[in-house]
Amino acid sequence: MFRPRLIPVLLIEDGMLVKTKKFKSGVYVGDPINAVRIFNDLQADELIFLDISASKNKKTISLELIETVGEESNMPFSVGGGIRTIEDIKKIINSGAERVVLSSAACENPQFIKEASDYFGSSTIAVCLDIKKDFFGNYSIYYENGKKKLNFPYLDFISELETMGVGEIIIQSILNDGMMQGYDLNLLNKISTMLSVPLVALGGAGCMNDFENVYKKSFVNGVAAGSMFVFHGKDDGVLINYPSKKEIINLFK
Amino acid sequence: MNILILDYGMGNIKSVYKRLYKNDINLRVSSLPNDIEWADKIVLVGVGHFKNAMDNLMQLNLLEELNNFVMNKKKPILGICLGMQLMCDFSEEGNVNGLGWIRAKSKKFITNNKLKFKIPHIGWNQIKIKKDSNLLNKIEELSEFYFVHTYFVEPLNKDIVLSQTDYIHDFCSAFQKDNIIGTQFHPEKSHQAGEIFLKNFIDI
Repeated sequence: MFRPRLIPVLLIEDGMLVKTKKFKSGVYVGDPINAVRIFNDLQADELIFLDISASKNKKTISLELIETVGEESNMPFSVGGGIRTIEDIKKIINSGAERVVLSSAACENPQFIKEASDYFGSSTIAVCLDIKKDFFGNYSIYYENGKKKLNFPYLDFISELETMGVGEIIIQSILNDGMMQGYDLNLLNKISTMLSVPLVALGGAGCMNDFENVYKKSFVNGVAAGSMFVFHGKDDGVLINYPSKKEIINLFK
Repeated sequence: MNILILDYGMGNIKSVYKRLYKNDINLRVSSLPNDIEWADKIVLVGVGHFKNAMDNLMQLNLLEELNNFVMNKKKPILGICLGMQLMCDFSEEGNVNGLGWIRAKSKKFITNNKLKFKIPHIGWNQIKIKKDSNLLNKIEELSEFYFVHTYFVEPLNKDIVLSQTDYIHDFCSAFQKDNIIGTQFHPEKSHQAGEIFLKNFIDI
């Protein structure tokens, strides 16, 4: 039986693990390698690392960190943040990552997705699009950590990426980030209906039911979350957690 | 025991290396025909386009030694993902011939239900065991493995199918014909079940 992957998203800022709310006020969560070890012991399906300081620092995530993650983990993992060239991707894949996650580079130059997927194969190239709903209920894509707005209708842009050969699309809802009140189900359904490559939902998951809801409605290929896998309890104490395989399989039965 | 991970310029071999390295074996990563001579077992991994992979194998002059290793010496070889597909006669990806050790075709997933079945098939899925083999020792029925692929292998002779997996329809997720073993899943990315599978390959 096929089921969606449950994917913890680990945000890296200057080498440290942080968690944001609505893309702001990142709080320190801990040491990334320690988190990887725990997720590996808990047999997580996959991990996504996004370096949110990479664009600002004008470099990609530390290759040393990627190599260590590869040594410590027995599962696939993807890496994003500041990736702009074929050479960047080569270094990251050679350091042990399964996939790269592009965002600004894809928004500024969708042709780069074609170049990258021709070179590495589609399944190596994922794109993460940060999407925000405005006052009138219209959706737009943002990039550079939510600072710049892409002046292009979001559904058309996603089609364009598909034509370019993207292997997977991660849709992150900026307003739902860190709120733990569920995914933007309408947005994800609109996108999944038109998309033929895998879709990963990100932004807003607060409980297992949120995963179930988005899968039943839109058959997303992956359900990703940050806060839910690193915080615990009412006062958001840091506790790395992940459901058991049995719980996951039962959830999607 | 000498195990060679054949490096022919297709994708990430690091994770396979790390998973095998834990065991008590001599491990080499190489693209030299001489190292095929050296090896007792070979692992053929790969991510990317089928045609590029075949072109690379040819350009590196690996075909003759590989054929000798597999067909004459009959030593064990494990093909993972694209590596499994390369072992077959033909692939729809680029419409080119493969290594021709297994009577099979690689075909592209096709579906009318685009909402439910995204392609590539990416993620964790169960295997249904079809045949007894030492390779599946201590691996439970319906264990989950990690998959990433757009094409699947359809063997002519169903007797070689070790396991099937259901995505859109049942497809062959592992086969074995004597010394030739292929898995569509990535054992090196599949937690404990994958680790056991690789250990079984070392032990056969």
